[in-house]
Amino acid sequence: MVAPSVEQLNQEILRPLARTSWRYYLTAGILGAIVIAAIAAFIYQVYAGIGVSGLNRPVFWGFYITDFVFWIGISHAGTLISAILRLTHAGWRRPVTRCAEAITVFALLIGASFPIIHLGRPYLFFWLLPYPSERGIWPNFHSPLLWDAFAITTYLTGSTIFLYLPTIPDFALVRDKARGWRKKIYHVLSLGWKGTPRQWHRLEMAMRIMAVVILPVAVSVHTIVSWDFAMPPVPMWHSTAFGPYFVAGAIFSGIAALIIAMAVLRKAFHLEQYLTPFHFDKLGKLLLLMSLVWGYFIVAERMTVWYGNESPEMAVYWSSAQGRFTHLFWFMVFCNLLVPFFILSIKHFRTITGTVIASITVVIGMWLERFLIIVPSLERKYLPYTWGSYRPTWVEITITAGTFAAMALLYMIFSKLVPIISIWELKLGMRDDGSSPQPALEPATPSRIVAEPGFAAPGK
Amino acid sequence: MKAIYGLYPDPDTAQIAMNRLRSSESELGFGECNIYLASSEPFDEYDLGWRKQRTPMPWIAALGASIGGFSGYLLVLLTQRAYPLPTANMPIVALWPTGVIVYELTMLGAILTTLISLLVAARIPDWRKGKLYDPAVSDGKILVGVVDPPESAFAELERELRAAGADEVKQFQ
Repeated sequence: MVAPSVEQLNQEILRPLARTSWRYYLTAGILGAIVIAAIAAFIYQVYAGIGVSGLNRPVFWGFYITDFVFWIGISHAGTLISAILRLTHAGWRRPVTRCAEAITVFALLIGASFPIIHLGRPYLFFWLLPYPSERGIWPNFHSPLLWDAFAITTYLTGSTIFLYLPTIPDFALVRDKARGWRKKIYHVLSLGWKGTPRQWHRLEMAMRIMAVVILPVAVSVHTIVSWDFAMPPVPMWHSTAFGPYFVAGAIFSGIAALIIAMAVLRKAFHLEQYLTPFHFDKLGKLLLLMSLVWGYFIVAERMTVWYGNESPEMAVYWSSAQGRFTHLFWFMVFCNLLVPFFILSIKHFRTITGTVIASITVVIGMWLERFLIIVPSLERKYLPYTWGSYRPTWVEITITAGTFAAMALLYMIFSKLVPIISIWELKLGMRDDGSSPQPALEPATPSRIVAEPGFAAPGK
Repeated sequence: MKAIYGLYPDPDTAQIAMNRLRSSESELGFGECNIYLASSEPFDEYDLGWRKQRTPMPWIAALGASIGGFSGYLLVLLTQRAYPLPTANMPIVALWPTGVIVYELTMLGAILTTLISLLVAARIPDWRKGKLYDPAVSDGKILVGVVDPPESAFAELERELRAAGADEVKQFQ
């Protein structure tokens, strides 16, 4: 690859911030409409009561808690993967980390909203928070639901900081290139960054500390989410393997989401030179590994239950193996195990298209997996006279669809405001590879580098 | 603030400039603390800048973690004693639930103190105008200069900066 000049690199990565096509507005409009429909459905649910959802005795956790677990799982895409790659000095991480870290923050925001959406009276959500009240009611620290509040708050805070810190030098770069009101905004966001050796040293040290701290937080978050299920003695929930099983599933779905996001960004913003087949190949291998780990957990979990032959557990087991969830169960196995295995284990198919197809099936499969963990266990809980069935209503389906649209929309807005690839880290990586970008000695080809609206012409 | 600086196309020429400034600092009447450098990427493999590389940031993060964990312990302990909620025959202050909260707040303490120590150590945010900087840094140039040198040294400094291979030498006021 011919190393681009610094001008070229700046221009190509900052292009999405400066230029907005009609396709962007059209896509944003469609996604916005779906989000508005979801908000309307939620308002209707608040007005009419939680009865408009399919939640009823004995299934009080349905689509909403499925979405909660799914999005918290997706959030493992970024911070965890980025932190691992940073600590292991994986050079190929550089164009990938910011795409990944942004997914974490948005997925967490969406995931964290579901416990509130799920409440019968969401306007009383603050009762979850630990504060002294005149009612004498304090949240119960013995409850895993309260642990969630602490874990998600810590993870969201850490992930936001982990995303923001390496963005500061890039905000300074945008500040230098922008004009008018944009310049003022990026001036504030860059915190007056100058790029002195002292600042670089401190920033790199802070990133190293953050990478070390955020890893155990990320693992704890999904472990604690799994304990929401594993702590009560509910058939096929009460398992010591649930913590690592959930963490593995979260990383699995997170990598899949990251691959999809990278492919979309690559295509939409013409970042082919930076997000290369090499990155998709590496992430594809990681996805394959996690697919096999996920398969291992599924076998271990279901075989142990089958061998124990406890009647309450077997009732849940059979409802997915032979009962009304059979098709969903085997479709989940197809999506999470068979498709990734056959596509990603063969080098010829581990292309960008191949990894994206595998990732899409994994995202679908992992959503189904969350659903199949939650609903069958509640439908077949112990004594048969308490059994029931769950069917989602249009309200839940609309809100669920709205969260996927919200994720895409938030990501689109983010990519318009922040360089989606860390420019300074990319330069650093190119220098390490020996393909250092050079400062442009002469003005670059006019057809490539032109002044964008709101941005200064190159070199000015 | 008065300053004179050169813009260098690569770290090698910036290193030459740095070395020349260091060797002439006593002769021209300024100290190493007056030498200023700014770049759009870190150059750890060069001896370009700040030599005091040791920082207590990891220890500050550890201290923050301890404070966070202790605060978490106090929160859980005092709350549960003030508002006892008997649950499933567990002790009012039980080891495992307390451990979860203490763990999360330990990590939160480390995260927040890392952020605060970065802001203090890197001296940001600093939105004041009048600080030495050139937007050409964002185009990959490396700024090497001297802040507040004696008036008499400007001409000699300009010669030194140019001799090191600067694309441009500018004065800043």
